[in-house]
Amino acid sequence: MKIEIAGENALILYFDDKASPEVAAKIYQAQQLIREYCAEVLIDLIPSYASILVIFDLFKCDHLYLKAKLQHCLNKLQVSNVMDGRLVELPAYYGIECAPDLAALAQRAELSIEEVITIHQRQEYRVYAIGFAPGFAYLGDVDDRIAAPRLATPRMKVPKGAIAIADKQTAVYPSISPGGWNLIGLCPTAMFNAEKEPTMPVSVGDRVKFCQINKSEFLALGGQLGDQLRDQLREQLNEKLSEQR
Amino acid sequence: MSSFIVQQAGMLSLLQDAGRFGAHHIGLTTGGPVDKLAFKWANRLCSNELDATTIEITLGGIELIAQGKSKIAVTGADVPLTINGKMKALWRSHYVNDGDVINLGFASKGMRAYLAVTGGFQVKASFGSAATVCREKIGGLDGGKLNAGNVLAITAVDPARINSSNVILVEKHRPTYSTDIVLRTILGYQQQNFSALAKQLFFNSEFTVSEHCDRMGYRLNGEKISANIEGILSEGICAGAIQIPADGQPIVLLNDRQTIGGYPKIGSVIALDTAKLAQLGQGAKISFAQISIEDAHNINHLAQCLFYNTQLQQCD
Repeated sequence: MKIEIAGENALILYFDDKASPEVAAKIYQAQQLIREYCAEVLIDLIPSYASILVIFDLFKCDHLYLKAKLQHCLNKLQVSNVMDGRLVELPAYYGIECAPDLAALAQRAELSIEEVITIHQRQEYRVYAIGFAPGFAYLGDVDDRIAAPRLATPRMKVPKGAIAIADKQTAVYPSISPGGWNLIGLCPTAMFNAEKEPTMPVSVGDRVKFCQINKSEFLALGGQLGDQLRDQLREQLNEKLSEQR
Repeated sequence: MSSFIVQQAGMLSLLQDAGRFGAHHIGLTTGGPVDKLAFKWANRLCSNELDATTIEITLGGIELIAQGKSKIAVTGADVPLTINGKMKALWRSHYVNDGDVINLGFASKGMRAYLAVTGGFQVKASFGSAATVCREKIGGLDGGKLNAGNVLAITAVDPARINSSNVILVEKHRPTYSTDIVLRTILGYQQQNFSALAKQLFFNSEFTVSEHCDRMGYRLNGEKISANIEGILSEGICAGAIQIPADGQPIVLLNDRQTIGGYPKIGSVIALDTAKLAQLGQGAKISFAQISIEDAHNINHLAQCLFYNTQLQQCD
């Protein structure tokens, strides 16, 4: 574990050089300790895979003061508590009409579509980081058998709620955005709602499990297979067809 | 209640308060004024709290029609300011009456001007801030830039504050926007992944601002700076952080930066200097100078003292 300077008002704590459930649990605990013990000088915190960036008010303390405080927080970490973090269940509709990359991913993995779905929802994931877009949570690790590289050409528009895989990570797109991950289903749960408290159903260090639901359950939970999504998928299909021609 | 009607919005005019803090953990960036000093002066000239909501106007080209009496000040980039067609000075306050036409032409020096109004613009806070971040569709007017036809409500204040004497920041105290600047930089983050030679090259070369320069970051062109790693596990990015991607061309990250990223970083530019960088456009020349974090803290405290000890002068 080490503490480095990041900027004039930021220190970064490195817990390890790779992400793991153990590291995620430590980060979950550490960020709560930092919020408690450094509250009066803290401006913002960014927990990520194996680090926490701590942004402080340089008119209230210097980096040496903060460093000592952070060291104190690290000393208080209880490493045995790997099961920290809440377990959040996210419903997942793996319907083929909203999973444009599922068939290709299965084929590549030499598995059936059903097997891919089973493997994806059996795993318990850790929220390793939140970023890229408001509410975008990076979940890992995906079972090696269904890990898949990003698309060679990212999509201009990924639908809101899309469940996706890239390498050994999975995620739910919180809003319509460009993206190169493999889309394997849709989640009806809003991953980011500025009007709600909490804004997100998950935070860094939480555990996530996907639970398969059928189409009527998906719709009942407020999921949308609206015109927008249909139009997008049709557009993508047309693009593919014209490429083949 | 007074307000302004947007007649012409300009290329990129955004409502900005001091920025959004405490929401990085859900992926929200800071936003806020890229030139914080000019922003603070605009508010001080209007006898506002220093974090009141202003308009950040990139390149100029904005026209507003006043509804009701108010008092404004414009700071930052050198833009021709007129009220009802009459030329007015920047870095000072002006009374504005019902029906007055406020016009800002295009910037001749600097990129961003700040228009403050006594009381500040009234914006519903999102995550504790009015700062507009277009990419996140958050803050300001539904997360977007100003458009013609928008009505900008002004927070009501005691009329005595509007009627008080006008004030000016005399020229010798104003920041200047040179097109050749030195960015004071603290080594940090992955600095150990840059060889002594790479660091020498970094601090002794001149870079040019590329066409890719916006509120998110400034991409520079110049000597290729190499790290001995290609990427890192994504981690939090602070304001002013200098990313060095595989092509070796530095990117200085500003207010609308992504919160996490996986490029190696050699260190960070201090905020007093990113404010100057953000006033530059494509083609400007810059270089980096290494300072310690202790130096950076001294510089910040001295700048703070200077800001508070600089008196505004009354004018007619």
